[in-house]
Amino acid sequence: MAIEVKNISYTYSPGLPGETLALDDVSFEIEDGQICGIIGHTGSGKSTLLQTLNGLIKPSQGSITIDGDCITDGSTKLVEIRKKVGLVFQYPEYQLFEETVAKDVAFGPKNLGLEHDEIDRRVREAIELVGLDYDSICEKSPFELSGGQKRRVAIAGVIAMNPKILILDEPTAGLDPGAHADVIRMVRNIHEELGIIIILVSHNMTDIANISDKVIVVNKAKIVADGTAREVFSRREFLQSMGLDVPPVIDIMHTLETRVEGFHSVAINADEAADEICTLLKQKK
Amino acid sequence: MSIISVQNLIYEYVRTLEDGSTRKYRAIDGVSFDIEAGSFVAIIGRNGSGKSTLAKNLNGLLVPDEGRVLIDGMDTADDDLIWDIRSRIAMVFQNPDNQIVSSIIEDDVAFGPENLGIEPDEIRRRVDEALNAVGMYEHRMKGAHMLSGGQKQRVAIAGALAMRPDCIIFDEPTAMLDPKGRSQVMHIIKQLNAEGITAILITHFMEEAQEADRIIVMKDGSVYSDSTPEEFFADREKIKGAGMAMPPAVDLRERIADRGVDIPEEIMTGETLVDYIVEQVK
Repeated sequence: MAIEVKNISYTYSPGLPGETLALDDVSFEIEDGQICGIIGHTGSGKSTLLQTLNGLIKPSQGSITIDGDCITDGSTKLVEIRKKVGLVFQYPEYQLFEETVAKDVAFGPKNLGLEHDEIDRRVREAIELVGLDYDSICEKSPFELSGGQKRRVAIAGVIAMNPKILILDEPTAGLDPGAHADVIRMVRNIHEELGIIIILVSHNMTDIANISDKVIVVNKAKIVADGTAREVFSRREFLQSMGLDVPPVIDIMHTLETRVEGFHSVAINADEAADEICTLLKQKK
Repeated sequence: MSIISVQNLIYEYVRTLEDGSTRKYRAIDGVSFDIEAGSFVAIIGRNGSGKSTLAKNLNGLLVPDEGRVLIDGMDTADDDLIWDIRSRIAMVFQNPDNQIVSSIIEDDVAFGPENLGIEPDEIRRRVDEALNAVGMYEHRMKGAHMLSGGQKQRVAIAGALAMRPDCIIFDEPTAMLDPKGRSQVMHIIKQLNAEGITAILITHFMEEAQEADRIIVMKDGSVYSDSTPEEFFADREKIKGAGMAMPPAVDLRERIADRGVDIPEEIMTGETLVDYIVEQVK
């Protein structure tokens, strides 16, 4: 078991007029090598949850165990937690600051006090892993790059820390369709190459459905659903009731179910949906 | 009648290099088009294709280096007309947190008209009307920090509406919103357009662009394509060339066609796709 979250709660501004319960008795597990999608409307508690996972916020109750080490009882040093859990915030490209791409990606490993050769090796690997060509990009200023490239450089900076868990908060927000597809391809590639746990927070239900092994739904500080993408996205009305939705393709399939007697869909992506529709059309002809 | 006329627009950013010299970077390279009053136009294109620069040229936030932009015949380069132009063409931006200036919702919506020097009674009327139009009237006394992203965007739209504009430019208004926030904002844009306001929507979501009457596709600072959504999304090569994607229903239809099943090319939306299939299997 790689991540085990047990009964955690967290309250902002306890005892003050603005007191808000941001996490309410939250428990879940993520297994080794899984991609876990987290969905929830703005203000549901997703971001607070992410911040507890790398020790930015300490839950007021409950425990979080990562790789067998409890990170909430004070026995694990914060720096160890942060090495293990790489958190990429929304719009991470705003945090790029160095003169060159290579220096920016090297910033984290340098602070770990690694050997020069080891830093170089990690920087090269991380840049290649996010789908950029090291030799042509390493000496460029991060600010000369396109939006999608900048974002991938920022993610490379976290990957160069060799995290066991990579958390991506809205990695495709604001990107054009091409850059969006590149980032999703990158997530898949990182997962294949490193086999680490990836936690993906997104408002894009199609991405979540396409790449998650499991999906967690957060609503009003609680986890209200936890299952495979197929299980979670089979509940359209439930998701809509909390300001979420199913991917457009699954929405089409749900509508088709209500209009065609006896038709039942289990499709989770466009290819499966196309297969089901073709079978349906051929059957009836 | 056209409300906006863009005539051979060229816009360049000046970038200062490390050695102190400057280099010009052409963001808009000779763009011309007219926008009909009351229409709903989507502008799409890759990051860096010039969409936002173009949008800022449409209400005088930026002024052309060459060519001109006319709003109801008024030249945006004419300093004496700039306030008149901005009160007709309002803008709503991507980040809801960057465009709310007051702590209380109704104060925020009143900010624009107050700056126009409008009478208090009239401001009250406009604020109430604008908040009602976006369904935020009951929240008018709340603090901005208490709202969700989608609600903040609706307040930003109300702020634009209180200026009584003829046209609103929405620059990726849903990029940072959750699914419910997105659908609420899209609903309001369509509703305002139905009531006669010209809507210009910059977006990366193809299913949003599909809702417009017309899609202008930008590429490398030029207009790459200018057509109806039906025409644009029927052309695979063009979509690819622009670095865009097919809307979900079109993508699904294409996948069905790729499997050797006959399916009409006119199908562009989930509703028409479902209707077609239901008809076939009756």
